[in-house]
Amino acid sequence: MNLQRDPAIAAFREEVRSFLREQLPADMASRTLRGYHAPKTDMIAWTRTLHARGWSAPHWPVEHGGPGWSPLQRHVFEEECALAGAPPTCTSAFSLVAPVIYTHGTEAQKRQHLPPILRGDAFWGQGFSEPNAGSDLATLRTRAERDGDEYVVTGQKTWTTEGHFADWLFCLVRTNPEAKPQRGISFLLIDATSPGITMRPIVSIDDAHSLNEVFFDQVRVPVANRIGDEGQGWSFGKLLLDNERAFSAEVPRNKRMLQRLKALARDRGLIADPVFAHRIAELEVELGALEWMTLRALSEHGSAAAAAWPAGSVLHVLGSELQQKTGALLVEALGDRGVVAYPEWQGAEPPADYPPGPHDAPGVTADFLYRRAVSIYGGSNEIQRNLIARHMLGA
Amino acid sequence: MNFALSDDQRMLQDTVERLVLRDYGFEQRKAYAAEPGGWSRQMWRTLAEMGLLALPFPEAQGGLGGGAVDVLLVMQAFGKALPLEPLLSTMVIGGAILRGANPAQLDRWVGAIAAGDMTLAWAHGESGSRYRLHDVACRAQHDTEGWVLDGSKALVLHGDSADRLLVSARSAGAQRDPAGISLFMVDAQAPGIVREASATHDGRRAADIRFDKVRVDESDLIGMAGAALPLIQSATEAAIAALAAEAVGVMDTALAMTVEYLKTRQQFGGPIARFQALQHRAAEMLIALEQSRSMAMYAALMLDEPDALERSKALSAVKVQIGQAARFVGQQAIQLHGGIGVTDEYAVGHCHKRLAMMDLQFGDVDHHLAQFARAGGFISTEAIA
Repeated sequence: MNLQRDPAIAAFREEVRSFLREQLPADMASRTLRGYHAPKTDMIAWTRTLHARGWSAPHWPVEHGGPGWSPLQRHVFEEECALAGAPPTCTSAFSLVAPVIYTHGTEAQKRQHLPPILRGDAFWGQGFSEPNAGSDLATLRTRAERDGDEYVVTGQKTWTTEGHFADWLFCLVRTNPEAKPQRGISFLLIDATSPGITMRPIVSIDDAHSLNEVFFDQVRVPVANRIGDEGQGWSFGKLLLDNERAFSAEVPRNKRMLQRLKALARDRGLIADPVFAHRIAELEVELGALEWMTLRALSEHGSAAAAAWPAGSVLHVLGSELQQKTGALLVEALGDRGVVAYPEWQGAEPPADYPPGPHDAPGVTADFLYRRAVSIYGGSNEIQRNLIARHMLGA
Repeated sequence: MNFALSDDQRMLQDTVERLVLRDYGFEQRKAYAAEPGGWSRQMWRTLAEMGLLALPFPEAQGGLGGGAVDVLLVMQAFGKALPLEPLLSTMVIGGAILRGANPAQLDRWVGAIAAGDMTLAWAHGESGSRYRLHDVACRAQHDTEGWVLDGSKALVLHGDSADRLLVSARSAGAQRDPAGISLFMVDAQAPGIVREASATHDGRRAADIRFDKVRVDESDLIGMAGAALPLIQSATEAAIAALAAEAVGVMDTALAMTVEYLKTRQQFGGPIARFQALQHRAAEMLIALEQSRSMAMYAALMLDEPDALERSKALSAVKVQIGQAARFVGQQAIQLHGGIGVTDEYAVGHCHKRLAMMDLQFGDVDHHLAQFARAGGFISTEAIA
């Protein structure tokens, strides 16, 4: 164990900072920092800027277009981007489906899908959950019936984040209803513009549209769009959810939220209130532990030490709950102003009829409300605790 | 940055773990506790033979020149046994304080410490100082023959059995001045010293110590007169890091016992591990333990941080997190065991006692949270408009 800091990391951080200073437009940053869902235009523009520098896919292997960074470099990069207010890239594409494609896809699938993701030309949405298959995902019923070189897909998916932006969907579908539930599932890549697909918005409690339900009515999908063999979908889905958990500590986002909390508290004189200051300090200590755990998990990834504790689930639980606690304190910092439903806006200045109030209030309560979802998606925290217990206690 | 153990580190850890398995079972611990002083002289000799007492001291004086990670590994592995010996006082705090000693002093002391012939106790806190490191009323008067100490120290861990006392005393200034504090190595048998021992709930012993015109030789002043506060601060930080590691060891034991109990205890026709309410509580214990394991590593890293404010903030954060986690894990371990958990004959209650007492040493959660908040926390708001 050698915990000394690498001086090269400080130089790398400076390189990222100067890139952000030069390349991240101020209006884009302020939109992100307000905490609303990023608009598609910002996400695409920023992905292209990153791609021009070769930085759009920090965790991909070099042969597919990753920059070849160490885990610590990736962590530093993500942290600096978050603090500067860089919008997210398409998580469903870069972090969820791409690792499945480059690990288990055919050469043709890799050639077709990875470069457009890398360039910011293809948006993806996830089709896993269904109205009756949430935590018990293996009971999913969306059917894919073989018809020559095609599958005919019929059913319904839900909670598809940014599905209304998506050019492609990756879905778990049932190809064999006779097999054991987990064995009858396959992993399909589906063109979102295919005939028979209907997308409906789900407006969430932050009055925003980021979630969707997707209906499939006899949608024809080439068999060539299946990843791996029939019946392997469940294991790919699990790989993908493990990846989702591994980055769900969301240290950079948690840091950004705490930074916002401290600024709000400072500007309202709340830092001088020992009770409020203690509550902030408790969250900062939690963040410190979370960050160090994340660095440890990144460093241990793939080694024997990684098998000693269920890092993904632990980080998911802590990272999501910290976001929720910080969000709650952010709203408290606003005081009674926290009740106002500030709508999202796109321009440099809010519209003329915008609700009155301090400039730093918009987005705080909306984000707090939306963050109730973070302890649910990717496997609810109760499911994570089941997994942690299983790690210790056996099945 | 690399979290994997090197071969040497793994060997050190394995050595201590083997010792714990062979010589520090719960029944053996009871026998050690019954010895004079409340700990095992034989175990102390074994630790000396293994080189563990020499770990942090400079190689030039017969030490091993070990770093913070080595101390982490030893305290973590040894902590699993709820050890009674004065390792923290002698090896950790002694190691930190003697960084301020001159070569002649190191020549006189390190050999004896490493051989197991000299145990130390940290005589710093006083009855009214409540974790404030600069709050020292004990006086040190300088005269032609050296120094004279007067005053009292409170709850000196292992103070009743120690051969030497590391004593802080005010050679100048008022009771709460940061400047004017000096440090002395004092023979515990010196005339004018009166030691009153107490048993602690975690199976150890502490002493309240009075100093009445105790003469100390000039050569036993450690560092510069009146300038000891930074050394006291860094010794406290080293102690916090070591306690964090020890707490991880204790929590490891508490969780392992709990998991075993959940798997074997039969109620309602099967093992109680099948109940989700209990599973989730055990999951929360694992989360707290892994947070703590990570924070103990962070503590070891930050002990070498040159910026005193950053170092102090980091160690305060560590003490807060460890204090909260230790309390939670200890309490839940008892709860999940049911009635057997509150009995003296069963080890898990002793884990809880040790974990609960640790929070009270070197500043509790509230103290360090306040200190961390006053120092501005981790996140600076200067950069934000």
